[in-house]
Amino acid sequence: MEQVLTQLKERMTDYQDDFDDIPGTVLFNGERLRQGYQLNKFLSSLVDAESRAAFKSDQAGYLTKFAMTEQQREAVVKRDWSAILNLGGNIFCMTKLAIVDGTPFQHVNAIMAGMSHKQYEDMMNSGGRHMDGIRSKRGG
Amino acid sequence: MARIVGGLCTSHVPLLGRVIDSGRTGEPYWQPIFEGYEPTREWLKSVNPDVLIVIYNDHANGFNFKYTPTFAIGCANEFNPADEGNGPRPVPIVQGHSRLAWHMTESLVHDQFDMTIMNEMDVDHGLTVPLSLVCGQPAAWPFRVIPICVNVIQYPQPSAQRCYALGKAIRRAVESFDEDLNVVIAGTGGMSHQIHGARSGLINQTFDNYFLDKLVTSPEELAGIPLVEYVREVGAEGMEIIMWLTMRGALDDRVDVMHRFYHVPAMNTAVGNLVLENAKAQ
Repeated sequence: MEQVLTQLKERMTDYQDDFDDIPGTVLFNGERLRQGYQLNKFLSSLVDAESRAAFKSDQAGYLTKFAMTEQQREAVVKRDWSAILNLGGNIFCMTKLAIVDGTPFQHVNAIMAGMSHKQYEDMMNSGGRHMDGIRSKRGG
Repeated sequence: MARIVGGLCTSHVPLLGRVIDSGRTGEPYWQPIFEGYEPTREWLKSVNPDVLIVIYNDHANGFNFKYTPTFAIGCANEFNPADEGNGPRPVPIVQGHSRLAWHMTESLVHDQFDMTIMNEMDVDHGLTVPLSLVCGQPAAWPFRVIPICVNVIQYPQPSAQRCYALGKAIRRAVESFDEDLNVVIAGTGGMSHQIHGARSGLINQTFDNYFLDKLVTSPEELAGIPLVEYVREVGAEGMEIIMWLTMRGALDDRVDVMHRFYHVPAMNTAVGNLVLENAKAQ
């Protein structure tokens, strides 16, 4: 039994280490869910028309309904997309905020990738980001 | 007896839905994509299925993180298009097949797949964009739909192997249903794309085409690839192509390719579409 438990624990640790080896990628695991639960609850609430109207008419007031951290609240107010992501935001929840703002999601992608909109659009139109050097932190 | 008469896989890029809904499919940027789906639309018309089983994932629209079922099956009579932040898509309500869905649920659970039973559920672009791509804009969808929603957004996620095995169990479930029905199964999502972080915008045409090749000839090879390698090669959001393996699992080992289409890019995403039937010569 102990051996089985040790093996299972090793497998779960290896699994996480493997994912952590992928550069420029934030995987939405349990830790991020716990960190970002209230933040994502706010973002997800925007799929409801009445909630959208309430948010648009009083953004600061609407945000107080969700028990997120001050840092998370500030990232939302500033539309600091990378900070929202790094503070536990789920990318699909984040799309709702971009839609409400009328911001094309490709602009959000460009910001997160540290590129101008034009650079990002040109990259996509020429076949997307090349795979060279973006597979693994260990192996390049 | 109900039978699976074919399978298709397709990307479910949300923007393609908005392009269809706003009548812009003829624009030069989009036209080649919709033209690429034309043979699929013709094939589907000729097959004329009674039911389409759609393997898809929700994107925090029909579900939020209050609960995250790994595998969920829609057992209701109808499913409304979800509001994804801009009102629901102007597409027909999706008509379910409650009796078949309940039969499948019984069969799947007895077959070791512990499905979450959904009696009310809105369906997002993961399901409705594929319907639009393969049917256009009819006043009503021309078949009933059984949605099967797979969690591919919250880790831990089911493995590619598990998704493939689900397809095999779905086939057993369908073939043990007493009504005479023609069923098509659709796997959706992909192909390569990542829409967050510094790797945003990746496209991997080499892996995508390898995946399309092997899905036809040796799906077990694809089922054996660990999720981390999918994320590495096709992006954190592109790894959802493991849902195509569920479609493939529901078909024979040998299949005929009725149509294959690949296009780069639809904004941030590589688009793929494959149509398969069980091989005529086994």
